[in-house]
Amino acid sequence: MNGLLAYISRRLGLTLLILLAVSFTVYLIFALLPYDPASLTCGKSCNDPGIIEANRHRLGYDKPFFEQYWIFIVGLFAGRDFGEGAAALHCAAPSFGYSFQQHACVTDLIFDALPVTLSLAIGSLILWLIVGVGLGIVAARFRGKIWDTLSTAFVLVGTSLPTFLTGLMLIVFLVIKLDWSPFPAGGYTAPDEDIVGWFLSMVLPWVTLAFAYAAIYTRFVRSQIIEISTEDYIRTARAKGLSDGIILGKHTMRAALAPIVTMAGLDFAGLLGGAILTEAVFNLPGMGRLSLNAVVDIDLPVIVGTTIFAAAIVVIMNAILDIVYAFIDPRVRV
Amino acid sequence: MSLLQVRDLKVSFKTPDGVVNAVAGVSFDLKAGETLAIVGESGSGKSVSNLAYMGLLPTAKTTITGSVILKTDAGEVDLIGLPNEEMRKIRGKDIAMIFQDPMSALHPYYTIGDQLIEAHQVHNEVDKSVSRDRAIELLSLVGVADPAERLKAYPHQFSGGMRQRVMIAMALMNNPKVLIADEPTTALDVTVQAQILKLLSDLQKKFAMAVILITHDLGVVAGSADRVNVMYGGRLVESAEVNALYKKPMMPYTVGLLDSIPRMDQGHGKRLRAIPGQPPSLITLGQGCAFAARCDRKAELPDGTCDTNPELKAVESGHLVRCHLYDRKAASK
Repeated sequence: MNGLLAYISRRLGLTLLILLAVSFTVYLIFALLPYDPASLTCGKSCNDPGIIEANRHRLGYDKPFFEQYWIFIVGLFAGRDFGEGAAALHCAAPSFGYSFQQHACVTDLIFDALPVTLSLAIGSLILWLIVGVGLGIVAARFRGKIWDTLSTAFVLVGTSLPTFLTGLMLIVFLVIKLDWSPFPAGGYTAPDEDIVGWFLSMVLPWVTLAFAYAAIYTRFVRSQIIEISTEDYIRTARAKGLSDGIILGKHTMRAALAPIVTMAGLDFAGLLGGAILTEAVFNLPGMGRLSLNAVVDIDLPVIVGTTIFAAAIVVIMNAILDIVYAFIDPRVRV
Repeated sequence: MSLLQVRDLKVSFKTPDGVVNAVAGVSFDLKAGETLAIVGESGSGKSVSNLAYMGLLPTAKTTITGSVILKTDAGEVDLIGLPNEEMRKIRGKDIAMIFQDPMSALHPYYTIGDQLIEAHQVHNEVDKSVSRDRAIELLSLVGVADPAERLKAYPHQFSGGMRQRVMIAMALMNNPKVLIADEPTTALDVTVQAQILKLLSDLQKKFAMAVILITHDLGVVAGSADRVNVMYGGRLVESAEVNALYKKPMMPYTVGLLDSIPRMDQGHGKRLRAIPGQPPSLITLGQGCAFAARCDRKAELPDGTCDTNPELKAVESGHLVRCHLYDRKAASK
């Protein structure tokens, strides 16, 4: 068990280093963009150099790059004040910066959007895992039979239909054409306000997003099972006299667990950065829409904040997966 | 009758290039308690013939005909065409197998204990603790130290030789009548090979089981087999009691195999003899003798003789050969 602890602490240390590198790279990229963040603070028609310079100083853009980055990192842990005295704006830790365009701390914007994206990601993850893994097992078990063919058709449709089309079709056929449709055509209801309304508002986005992922997972699980079935230890299991059901359900799926968990974890982490298309179609105010709007409006602090946040989630999820892996695969615990 | 009676076993695979006749009519008997070695090079059908009647080949593209009669406690059973549910009860109970590569033959995610206990549980309706005791007993029989503690270990914590011992323990969990050992020592170091073979032969006596030893290594055969079947091109080409085969190999292929083994008494600086040519393609193999193209004694026979496939004939008592060189000798006998 000591080996496991050492492994976990090693992995966490590495994660911190990666996070630092990622945040630096993102910060550098946006510093190099041909936009002056200070002039962007007072709108397109603004050309008063006094206001621009005052904002530049207030937001810290007059400092050298490395100092800016350092202040940004410190702000992540300690919070940050923009400006001095009575006019100062305070963003509590973890501060990802301040959006002048939206007059809000980036962290607050992210934390407003995150529950929406979390609702979307968790719901569709559950849905696509059930459908994808289930269909993948069925397709592998009845390989070459009608069930396999049907699942292949599902995979083809699911992978080739873009989510905005699936989403729009669901809205047209299940909301607009249906007089008694319980589903809203879009928008988000917070679960603490109205749990049923929340559920109904999320069903179509879940289905839309899960449809695309379930297709990919069906194909992945099917090929994993078929590949594992040719392993020597599966032949050993057959030679023991175990039934096909036990071999598939226990021996094969146990070996398939690690790759499925890895893939699901990474896909989930990726989604927390925002499912831009699905959020746009269903008008969900999540991370994807926050980033999209920030890009459209060239709201640099928000772009930097959401990008680093999304990258951090992927990096952290990678670390979690590696640690989970040590529990799944005894060979990793060295 | 004998414990296992294989008659005219044929195995063919459909491939994109054509039908591969991997086993083209093999017959042999296995007596209780004996060790039968099946020798041949890669693609000779030595493994496939045994995997086939065990039901361990992918069924969709494989055709198996002939009969394999096994004497079980419940009477004689033909394993060919046996429903999977019935076959399952024989696999691992009456006939157990160990394989070539112990590195990959054990499930990497389950402990040795889980895998051994499972092998017992599937054929015996007993409490888990009974299976666990049985597992400990067998692990110590195959020479694993501190077996109760080692049950909790995973396969990667064992060396190759130790894993093969675990595989043997697993195969013997249910006192099988027949143990099929498919190249059990090929993946192991030479020193470990000898230990494993010694272990197998000790356990064979203890468990009074018959062993089918599939190998390409005639050195392995000499030390442990009672009878030897030599296979070539999916056919049985020579079958004899082990001493007879080594003293007087008849089929030119067997002679070539024996000549290609390095010997201690061989003159210094002498090159090893190799059999010229390649094993035949099992897709295009015609009606003639499969070995004719590589045979160094073909010239002794009248032209065209080798265009027909020779029969497997008893040239001496208990010594069967499939070769035209012995046609007259067999006929005059």
